[in-house]
Amino acid sequence: MKLMEYQGKDLFRRVGIPTPRGTYATTADAVSAFIASNPGSWVLKSQVMMGGRGKAGGIKFADDAAQGGTLAKELIGKVLKNIQNPDGEEVKSLLVEEKVDIESEAYVSITIDRATKKPVIMVTSQGGMDVEEVAASHPDAIAYYWIDPAAGYSPFMARQLAFAAKLPAGYHKAFPKIVGALYDLFMNYGANLVEINPLVLTKSGAVIASDAKVDLDDNGLYKHPDIAEWNKQSPADEDQAAAVAIGLGMSNYAKLDGTIGVIANGAGLGMGTMDAIRTAGGAAANFLDIGGGAQAELVKKSYALVVSDPKVKAMFINIFGGITRGDQVAKGIVEALSGNDLRKVPLVVRLTGTNAKEGLEILAKAGFIPVETMDEGAARAVALANGAK
Amino acid sequence: MKAQREPSRLRTERSSVAIFLDKNSKVIVQGITGREGLFHTGRMLGYGTNIVGGVTPGKGGTKIESGQPVFNTVKDAVDATGATHSIIFVPPFAGADALWEAYAAGIKLAVCITEGIPAHDMMRVVATTPGMRIIGGNCPGLISPGKSLVGIMPGGIFKEGRIGMISRSGTLTYEIVDMLTRAGMGQSTCVGIGGDPIIGTTFVDCLRAFANDSETDAVVVSGEIGGSDEEDAAAFIKEHLPNKPCVAFIGGRSAPKGKRLGHAGAIISGNTGTPESKVAAFGAAGVPVAERPSEIPKLLADRMRSVPV
Repeated sequence: MKLMEYQGKDLFRRVGIPTPRGTYATTADAVSAFIASNPGSWVLKSQVMMGGRGKAGGIKFADDAAQGGTLAKELIGKVLKNIQNPDGEEVKSLLVEEKVDIESEAYVSITIDRATKKPVIMVTSQGGMDVEEVAASHPDAIAYYWIDPAAGYSPFMARQLAFAAKLPAGYHKAFPKIVGALYDLFMNYGANLVEINPLVLTKSGAVIASDAKVDLDDNGLYKHPDIAEWNKQSPADEDQAAAVAIGLGMSNYAKLDGTIGVIANGAGLGMGTMDAIRTAGGAAANFLDIGGGAQAELVKKSYALVVSDPKVKAMFINIFGGITRGDQVAKGIVEALSGNDLRKVPLVVRLTGTNAKEGLEILAKAGFIPVETMDEGAARAVALANGAK
Repeated sequence: MKAQREPSRLRTERSSVAIFLDKNSKVIVQGITGREGLFHTGRMLGYGTNIVGGVTPGKGGTKIESGQPVFNTVKDAVDATGATHSIIFVPPFAGADALWEAYAAGIKLAVCITEGIPAHDMMRVVATTPGMRIIGGNCPGLISPGKSLVGIMPGGIFKEGRIGMISRSGTLTYEIVDMLTRAGMGQSTCVGIGGDPIIGTTFVDCLRAFANDSETDAVVVSGEIGGSDEEDAAAFIKEHLPNKPCVAFIGGRSAPKGKRLGHAGAIISGNTGTPESKVAAFGAAGVPVAERPSEIPKLLADRMRSVPV
């Protein structure tokens, strides 16, 4: 679960990472009222998930209440777009923050390194830039430290990183404490990523997190029910919402660009089925993994979800039963096709593995002839999508 | 403060029982009276697995229908039966606890079927259980056909033989194994390593075991988009398996960037984890990559003819 900047900064403050003074606002009136009672120079930052919001015009500066109100009115409701996000994202709220006088900008993050199975701290003195760009252009400018999660964090790690990344001396005193707090946040909230970019050294010598990027592991959210609620306020991924609505895992459904609907059991087989369709000259309209041990009802609901996409011209249901039982899948297919409530598309079924015999009997009784292999099924589905009888 | 250890060193230090299990391996089931635990205990017994008991807190002293004793703790089970292997069917929030309990009781190899264990839990477990081999989580387990099944795989599709198989996925493994078996190519050991970002045993760990296994002539590596495990596997094969023919498959080659497809690990972000990078890595190691599972038996047969064993 990705957090917006204001949510990430909420967590920063909980662990003691300094953030700029400011307020969160959802209306232009609130922005002008805040500036009226707190005179000074303020930054209006659009709260969106997408990156590159500054270049997309999502960040403005205001010196008084009237200007703040006008700019806030412009921003709230605006759809920010850039090359990475051609569809854009609507601004629903703003973070109003004091303008800081920047002496220097650094970057620090902690993420899970899959290869070593450890948290890795990354630091560079080139803050304010996309870290992937820094990694590509100046790989030596990034310093890394892999933490043994059994032993935990100790301040020497940050000192070592600060020297290795050549952070200006002004950072040195505050840095170990900030990295320690960031590590606490990373571990205590089960984050995939915590990132401060930029970590600003101000002209007056303070070190302060000017931005916050936090991505929490969905599997660990049950430990933080209050934060799990935040997800409901931020723009939910439509595919994820659709999957959860019918009882699938959040990542078990994804809409794609093709015309052939896919239902499979298991993520690997789902991906393999998409690949087989491409090899046969077609393209999958979606990825859908019914998971392990799906009952008939879930199969029927999955069918409904796939055909709700008007692009779908044919469907390929590919099941290799392990935990999943073929008779349950077959029952679900027959139920989906029996009523008149669902759109019918030409359907190809491949069913093998656990209880395949029982499943095939159910399909045969309903007058349905399944294909035997994945390749055959993919080829047949592509032909049907192209109008074959 | 412990000094930082070289990560790859840590992995080599983990105990390696050639192919992880044999016919006599004593296995317990953690969560034996639960719905999935009980169902798969029956299937494993049917396959011939030496299941010596199970654990469900509060049900110690009872027996399941087929006669295996139930214990309150893993320690009780190990003390009474001498079990060395465990298979874990518990809810995600209890996954780390179950693995630590297995470790504390002296279990040598734990297969964790549970899906949805928080990545941080797994990270801490892996860092604190040196010497215990963990397979998974979110995996279909382990099978040495004709000997033992510690997992949820449908035993009937496997055939005893000399091909090693490693896979991140469950059902895609079945698809490939089915192709191999139909082509008359039996399997020595098949390991489903799991699709999560943090897993106990990686491709490289399995390849290391296969490299030293006299019962395995060739290896199929079935990977997926996302992460860099396949690239690591390719590099390892190049260096350490010059005489064992290998063939690879990569699931999700038609997936768009940034979409998470089921497996938490299967996401392409930036330029890491792309199918192109994985195909190139295997290519550089001289490992052919099948376009689809049905090509694997032929590629493997060709490879076995051309590589001097």
